[in-house]
Amino acid sequence: MMSPTSIEQAVQPDDLSSIVLDQAERLFRGEVTKERLAAADRGEWPAAIWTAVEQAGLPLALVPEARGGVGLPAADALRLIRLSGYHTLPVPLAETMIANALWAEASGAPVEGPVSLAPVAPAQTIGMEHAGGGCTLSGELRRVPWASQVDRLLLHACDRAGTAWLALLPRPISVVESRKNLAYEPRDTIVLDGTVLPQEAVVAAPERCRDGLLAFGALARAQQMVGAMERCLDYALAYAMERRQFGRPIGKFQAVQQMLADAAGQYAAAAAGADLAAQAYGTADFDFAVAVAKARVGEAAGKVAEICHQTHGAMGFTQEHPLHFATRRLWSWRDEFGNETFWQERIGRLVCSRGGEALWTTLVGA
Amino acid sequence: MQALQFHAPELPPEAVAARRRVREFLAAEREAGRYVPHRSSWSTFDPEFSRRAGAQGFIGITWPKEYGGQGLSSRVRYVVTEEMLAGGAPCFAHWIADRQSGPQILRNGSERAKRLLLPRICRGECYFAIGMSEPDSGSDLAAVRTRAVRRDGGWVINGSKIWTSNAHRAHYLIALVRTGEAGEDRHGGLTQFIVDLAQPGATVRPIHNLSGAHEFNEVFFRDYFVPDDMMVGTEGQGWSMVTEELAFERSGPDRFLSDYRLLVELINRVGRQPDARQAAEVGRFVAHLAALRRMSASIAGLLDQGRSPNVEAALVKDVGTAFERELPEVARRLFPVEPSLDDPADPFSETLAHVVLYAPSFTLRGGTREILRGIIARGLGLR
Repeated sequence: MMSPTSIEQAVQPDDLSSIVLDQAERLFRGEVTKERLAAADRGEWPAAIWTAVEQAGLPLALVPEARGGVGLPAADALRLIRLSGYHTLPVPLAETMIANALWAEASGAPVEGPVSLAPVAPAQTIGMEHAGGGCTLSGELRRVPWASQVDRLLLHACDRAGTAWLALLPRPISVVESRKNLAYEPRDTIVLDGTVLPQEAVVAAPERCRDGLLAFGALARAQQMVGAMERCLDYALAYAMERRQFGRPIGKFQAVQQMLADAAGQYAAAAAGADLAAQAYGTADFDFAVAVAKARVGEAAGKVAEICHQTHGAMGFTQEHPLHFATRRLWSWRDEFGNETFWQERIGRLVCSRGGEALWTTLVGA
Repeated sequence: MQALQFHAPELPPEAVAARRRVREFLAAEREAGRYVPHRSSWSTFDPEFSRRAGAQGFIGITWPKEYGGQGLSSRVRYVVTEEMLAGGAPCFAHWIADRQSGPQILRNGSERAKRLLLPRICRGECYFAIGMSEPDSGSDLAAVRTRAVRRDGGWVINGSKIWTSNAHRAHYLIALVRTGEAGEDRHGGLTQFIVDLAQPGATVRPIHNLSGAHEFNEVFFRDYFVPDDMMVGTEGQGWSMVTEELAFERSGPDRFLSDYRLLVELINRVGRQPDARQAAEVGRFVAHLAALRRMSASIAGLLDQGRSPNVEAALVKDVGTAFERELPEVARRLFPVEPSLDDPADPFSETLAHVVLYAPSFTLRGGTREILRGIIARGLGLR
């Protein structure tokens, strides 16, 4: 891991970015209805939502124009992921955006349809052997996001020489167990048992994902969580001013105000951490910044969810109020692609290996 | 929640150059044995250090050159400040003047006050204290009772201020006093004056803090005369000026780096090969710090745009001081160590001892946690 130099560049969306972000905001607001979220919870693939997302070109936001993408600045494209978290978008836009960016970098062009990523847990690996005109993959992967509903999986695999590859696995994907996270998003077990892929479906992994896809998944989850936290706070602030007890809105009570101010601080710090990672995308500081982001955002997620539920009282503990669509995602996403402890430990080992005096240059740059 | 986005400012090239210069300056100071990082912080009062920092142009960075400043941006000041703090520099003598009194005088002071005071502050020779709190008016600042009444060519002040850090060794303080009726919103009738503590009528009584140190005081005014041109702003404008000043007081890196040296000593104590728990606890603090830096730097950017980000500043201070207070509580549990002020062989234990004794002040000074959260709640639309 390198260190971020990096409170430096400004993050103001440029013109194209503003247009895409505005369009996405309207699209998510219109398409993600409570009924569709409930249907997705029951396991139905929200085809209409995906079609709208794809028609708007959103899966290509992180892919440069020269490779057939929309070519937004990375920090703006990642705001799109944050926005999708705010609206609890029930399709794998974040995964597809990341997969397209990496696959286009490695192979020259993105793909169509929804794509997800694997492996997703620190300890999982995929083995690869070169065979004839192609190669074979092996490994059992647990809790792969959306595996049962996507068209393709982008896999990170290593051959016996230790070389890292990206492989694009098409349908049919051999899901042996269909599982869900707390938000009923698919988290499936797949088995690669000598699965054969043609040569064109396997390319050398670009340097930035040579060690795996974990950091990219963590980046996506951090951005999504910041969005979902913002949604929770918006719900809680509205509810605090609308719900009356003892003759006044509960938001007028100091105890409630203190609690929500605390949540706002957690949210603001989390957003700042996620911004750091977005800004470091494509730079040598990326791994460190992602570790900061996932650690800080994951910690805030639990606290913000707790406070927003407390504010909502029993109503927030029902299916009738939409708060749960955001909080169940927070409780899932914080544990995916490495929980806070995993990333904290990684940061801690790095800074300790350098000694106390070097901490400052790790944080700030030399 | 859109209001609470913290955008990272672009750092100008002068900031990068300033960062290097501060590091070189502090390295030379340490090499010469002029201060020991883990034994000092921005709460360490060292006039000699302040003079040397002033000579290097590290005080009054944002002020115009005609008043002795550097004419640079708040972002450059942010960088210089955080480098001083991270280096453990003993900054307290000039800190208040540089952070808030000087900017207040620059914005609202008379021309004579600016000419008289700002160049001396920049040279590290003139120190200020804050005259806001009173015995019956702490968090409730609108309740101040110290009163100024008109007399030929000026005003006469009677009353007292309390918790006045450095009043016994600062040259001036800016006093918030009552000059008229409070009015319905309670914010009227307040005015600020620059008080020369060497003039007759001002006396200082020490108040020792719980560690035994003498930092704060009670200041009494008895028929203290202050000339008209030492009024800051206009009569009755005190409340809005104080509110504006608090954005400077609350948003800086001094609100999360007060005990930075403890984190450094903790990492040194943990060693190069931490166990899982040590690594995770250290990593957690580093992640918090990285986020706080970005929040605070973004406020420096807002100040450069001429904005007065009071809610954001309250957020930085609330989150930042919570971090500062948690650090010693976690650090001590990672080792079987007893905090000790008299064991110079163990910098971790010594730093821990100092921080434990000072930590209660982190979430009081400059606005209590409860007041800050009230301001945040107002920013959220709950008040």
